[in-house]
Amino acid sequence: MTDVAPTTRKDWQTDQEVRWCPGCGDYSILTAVQMLMPELDVRREDTVFVSGIGCAARFPYYMNTYGMHTIHGRAPAIATGLALARPDLDVWVVGGDGDLLSIGGNHLIHALRRNVNLTILLFNNQIYGLTKGQYSPTSERGKVTKSTPFGSLDQPFNPIALALGAQATFVARTHDMDRQHMQETFRRAHAHKGAAVVEIYQNCNVFNDGAFATITGKANRESMLIPLEHGQPVRFGPEGSKGVVIDDSGQARIVEVDDVDESEIVTHDEQAPTAALAFMLSQLASSPEEPTPVGVFRAVERDEYGEAVERQIAGAQDQRGPGDLSALLRSGATWDVV
Amino acid sequence: MTDTAERKPESLDRLVIRFAGDSGDGMQLTGDRFTSASALFGNDLATLPEFPAEIRAPAGTLAGVSAFQVHISDHRINTPGDAPNVLVAMNPAALKAELRGLEDGGTVIVNVDTFDERNLTKAGYTDNPLTDGSLDAYSVYEVPMTSLTKEAVIPAGVKPRDADRSKNFFALGLVTWMYTRPIDATLAWIEEKFGKNPMVHQANVLAFKAGHAFGETAELFDHTYQVAPAPQEPGTYTNISGNMALSWGLIAASQLAKLPLFLGSYPITPASDILHELSKHKNFGVRTLQAEDEIAGIGAALGAAFGGHIGITTTSGPGVALKSETMGLAISLELPLVIVDIQRGGPSTGLPTKTEAADLLLAMYGRHGESPLPIIAASTPSDCFEVAIEAVRIALEYRTPVILLSDGYLANGTEPWKLPDVDSLRPIEVEFATAPNHTSASGDPEYWPYVRDPETFARSWALPGTDGLMHRIGGIEKQEGSGNISYDPANHGEMVAVRAAKVAAVAKSIPPVEVTGDADADLLVLGWGSTWGAIATAVDRARAEGDRVAQLHLRHLNPFPPNLGEVLGRYRKVLVPEMNLGQLSRMIRAEFLVDARSVNKVEGTPFTAAELHAAITGALHD
Ligand code: SF4
Repeated sequence: MTDVAPTTRKDWQTDQEVRWCPGCGDYSILTAVQMLMPELDVRREDTVFVSGIGCAARFPYYMNTYGMHTIHGRAPAIATGLALARPDLDVWVVGGDGDLLSIGGNHLIHALRRNVNLTILLFNNQIYGLTKGQYSPTSERGKVTKSTPFGSLDQPFNPIALALGAQATFVARTHDMDRQHMQETFRRAHAHKGAAVVEIYQNCNVFNDGAFATITGKANRESMLIPLEHGQPVRFGPEGSKGVVIDDSGQARIVEVDDVDESEIVTHDEQAPTAALAFMLSQLASSPEEPTPVGVFRAVERDEYGEAVERQIAGAQDQRGPGDLSALLRSGATWDVV
Repeated sequence: MTDTAERKPESLDRLVIRFAGDSGDGMQLTGDRFTSASALFGNDLATLPEFPAEIRAPAGTLAGVSAFQVHISDHRINTPGDAPNVLVAMNPAALKAELRGLEDGGTVIVNVDTFDERNLTKAGYTDNPLTDGSLDAYSVYEVPMTSLTKEAVIPAGVKPRDADRSKNFFALGLVTWMYTRPIDATLAWIEEKFGKNPMVHQANVLAFKAGHAFGETAELFDHTYQVAPAPQEPGTYTNISGNMALSWGLIAASQLAKLPLFLGSYPITPASDILHELSKHKNFGVRTLQAEDEIAGIGAALGAAFGGHIGITTTSGPGVALKSETMGLAISLELPLVIVDIQRGGPSTGLPTKTEAADLLLAMYGRHGESPLPIIAASTPSDCFEVAIEAVRIALEYRTPVILLSDGYLANGTEPWKLPDVDSLRPIEVEFATAPNHTSASGDPEYWPYVRDPETFARSWALPGTDGLMHRIGGIEKQEGSGNISYDPANHGEMVAVRAAKVAAVAKSIPPVEVTGDADADLLVLGWGSTWGAIATAVDRARAEGDRVAQLHLRHLNPFPPNLGEVLGRYRKVLVPEMNLGQLSRMIRAEFLVDARSVNKVEGTPFTAAELHAAITGALHD
């Protein structure tokens, strides 16, 4: 797709009134996507946004592309069918933590392990917004909500670790307070061949306000966000004063760089042969109250499912020729009556 | 291997033979080969395979018995037969489980080698039925199949333990001789199937020939039988099962519509064979996805449909339950989709390998909200081919999900099928939107996905990738025309009405029903699905006795054919046999205020013609 007519952000907007609560983090994610699209060298006609149910799932209505707003949890499955049927399309999946990790958890992990060519934006606000404030599969333990007046008992999912466990080939994290970082992360995810999942820390200012403020607040970012850059030592903090080392037991740990030999600081490798390093990094923070890695955890190449499907079809046609219905009906034992 | 002059075969007009054994005994294969040979010979036929639910229930037990019934004849037949004339029982459990169905005075051929104390006990016999007189009412032939097979295959060099595996070919050889079936096709098949493994190939040939020779030389049988070919219309025939015909019908529909086929499916008995079959035919451009669950199966099919493929999902009752929310979405999106339900005994896991037809009301009403969709049902194995094409036609022309009902009996049963001339099949026309169809308030051309065809009420369908027609569709209620989200109460009422009107409009494309039997009948037997054969036979028998009876069988169950009400009104009595507790009869009563009487059987096996003949006689003379 090289001779795509240039577009502007406006071309990607629809005439539909955006209906998220004022101040919701979804707005900045929408802006980031709409600003990114003109830079991607893709046609609106060839772009499809597929979503499930939830606040985030309204996203397709605001994108002037083809779109499907489906049912709770099923967007990855529906998008899988679309992507396999139409490898020429650019298929995005948008959903929240309830949509993609609870009711749709099964579809998400299978889309990831199959490596279907999908760009999946996982808006994680650690709460159910549309149903007005129940705890979600990413809510911290002990969370007091309408459905857990005595505090939730559930261990939350770590979406990055889950995606790595599902053998995703592209796993990244960004947050709604940094449009630049979102755009760069989405750009990488979109360019990735296969299933790419991006967890976006998203503030629900109505039901879970400030869930990520400790790490994403402007004043805190430098000391609380750990930027992951391929081939670079994992360092953060004022003047890179902190770093991450892997200790003898295989655990990632934050240290003062001055306290260790610089060679001990781990170098990020998003293309490592196994997901071990990415997984260790995903375990650095047990909640967004602690220094948290953002950026691309893992980006590796593996056979894309849709291409493999096309190869089998092409192979069958090469071998047997295009289907001949009359011959098919005669492929078993036949007899003639005269 | 020819019959001697003094032992001339006796002619039969029909024969029902039932092969029964342990699930490891290969009785399905024996039955299948006997059927094939008979089909090639020119008999009309119908089959009924019955498997246990467990892959390998404990050997020798009643739970492990697998059976295959085949009915062959020299005239047109419609069912696999009521009571078998011959039972081939490979062990005591098979005898015990299957004897009940055998006709009075019928023939029993047993593998006597298996009638030892251990097997008798496992089957629950306290005395040996071969010696205690309990089989006196039957003609019993005791054949030492295991030992004769072991002896016969020695030249092939197989181990004695493996030799046992060829005994089903011995049984096949024996019945091939008894019923003067041609042997060449069977030998060719053994060659094709086992040729790669010369030892097994040779063993099976030797066992088959030994069985054949045993019949000829043993003094046990005084003569053979023959069933002459049935007169059939000229043409090329093949023996086809319902699931195979359904798979081929879907491929045919894809060719007729010139759109690729996409199957999203999750394995489930008795529907999996459609997934297996379609996955073989990638050269037809067929894409098959074995999804992570039933919901993903239909979801992927719906996603593919949005992309312009023919989206199909195949399942059985439990899967239909899981797919219902996505069906509702497809109804709301107004996208074509075919949901194939190979019905089985329910509720819950129920009887996975047994047939039932109790999903009609599930298909009708099993979704929340007002969510009508067209429903059609197949009536015979070969009918599945046409019904598959019809389901795709309705789905594409009306942009609607369609439920296609088949059942375990049709799925696995077979019959000879005169192959259609593929050039005579009617193409399916689908028009995609290519240009804007509306002008915005500001005077700009725009695309509205919910602008409808005035005849069919089908909405406009623009595929992703089409220039300038970007649009969003979703499960939230939408404004008629623009398709934008709308919570307006009056608009919702309008959309509910138009979705119902669209499904009702399908009736205009359905041919009027035709009744067979007596024009001035006192009783109409109304059916749907796999009961067709048993009803047709029962109606014939009743008419042969002088009763005036007519038959009407429905392919389209929602909407009903346009003249159905008028036709039903002509009969004083309407009888509705169903493999459920009366689902079609309820629909008929509700729709037409007809006093439809229900005949029910929900036992995992099809109606027999005798049962329905009795019901007809009862209804006429009560
Ligand atoms: S409920 Fe929360 S997530 Fe939903 S729109 Fe409002 S602020 Fe955003």
